Amino acid sequence: MIARLLKRDLAQFFPFAGGANAGGGAGAALPVIFFVAVAMLYPFAVGPDVNTLARTGGGVVWIAALLAAILPLDRLVARDIELGHFDQLRLRGVTEEVMMAVRMLAHWISFGPPLIIAAFPAAALLQLEGPSLHLVLIGLLAGTPGLAAIGLIIAALTASLRAGAALSGLLLIPLALPILIFGAGALARQDQASIGFVAAISLGLVALAPFAAGAAIRAVR
Amino acid sequence: MLFRRLSLELGAGEVCHVTGANGSGKTTLIRTLAGLSDPYAGEALCEGSVGLLNERIGLDPEQTLGGALDFWFALDGCSDRMAVLERLRLSELVDVPVRYLSTGQRKRAGLARLLGQKADIWLLDEPLSGLDTASQALVDELVTQHCAGGGIALIASHQALVVPDLRTLAIEDFVVPPEVLS
Repeated sequence: MIARLLKRDLAQFFPFAGGANAGGGAGAALPVIFFVAVAMLYPFAVGPDVNTLARTGGGVVWIAALLAAILPLDRLVARDIELGHFDQLRLRGVTEEVMMAVRMLAHWISFGPPLIIAAFPAAALLQLEGPSLHLVLIGLLAGTPGLAAIGLIIAALTASLRAGAALSGLLLIPLALPILIFGAGALARQDQASIGFVAAISLGLVALAPFAAGAAIRAVR
Repeated sequence: MLFRRLSLELGAGEVCHVTGANGSGKTTLIRTLAGLSDPYAGEALCEGSVGLLNERIGLDPEQTLGGALDFWFALDGCSDRMAVLERLRLSELVDVPVRYLSTGQRKRAGLARLLGQKADIWLLDEPLSGLDTASQALVDELVTQHCAGGGIALIASHQALVVPDLRTLAIEDFVVPPEVLS
């Protein structure tokens, strides 16, 4: 049953992979395009100096990843409350925590791995090479689950608000600061230990998020 | 608070028609019975599986009707997909995305989802609104059949239901007088 829920949730985020979907647009591709676009614009803004780019590029990748994580939030939870999807699952004995855990996994799959793949062209644009690229990649691998967890909690909390979409972006930024500090900090110091902190923060958030988000959607029901 | 001292017990095979003005609490009563909202006081007990049909039919607008229904059919272990679709005259619409369906067709799609669930207890919130005469008769028939098979149905509706041994619950009888609230 979990597999069915996951499959359905993924079809929401990857409309083109859902097969039966008639139209839904490039939902999941948008954060990735946005991410690459930021990496592409940055050298235009600060100039093509290789040293500057190599020194600051890692931080830009992290900021771009953070902003890209905000994009899917508005339809992450609110839409299925509107549809009555969660109500129907509840009647079939699925708890809110399970629904939210599956949703978090689907959300991460839809933006985490694509972002990590997109980090390669982004790194090329920003002159990130060798150990820096390595740190960006494992940093994103460790950090994106945490971003997905924060995103889910915020999406669930703001689901009943009219201005939820705009608000969720504002709320995600301060909560994502620890991940950003340690993730980008690893690059400045060329230090893998910081990635350990990112992973620990992510792990804590991932463990907490289904319960927090589950309680939130129970409250708006 | 919408209503108080409301007590109702339905046994196997019974149908209850809930009536009341807009905003009197029919939808709240149904959501409470479904366990989706908690009563302020008292309790609602259901023995058996519960099927809910309200204005939120739970089908993805972007999906085709067939695809959206198949998700629930698979979850509910429904094996007679074709029969359910035939019954609700939806066979021709399986490839149409749910967002293109008309109000009445959407309602019938919701009924198909409910029928596939094979729940013991049906909680129907305005199942007849938006349906044409033939479809309304079909709902009466489905409810009659469901209850003949030992099922229970509680139906909130402004329209008359043509179902044998229909019980009626007028929510107005339990509405809290304004002086109590003040």
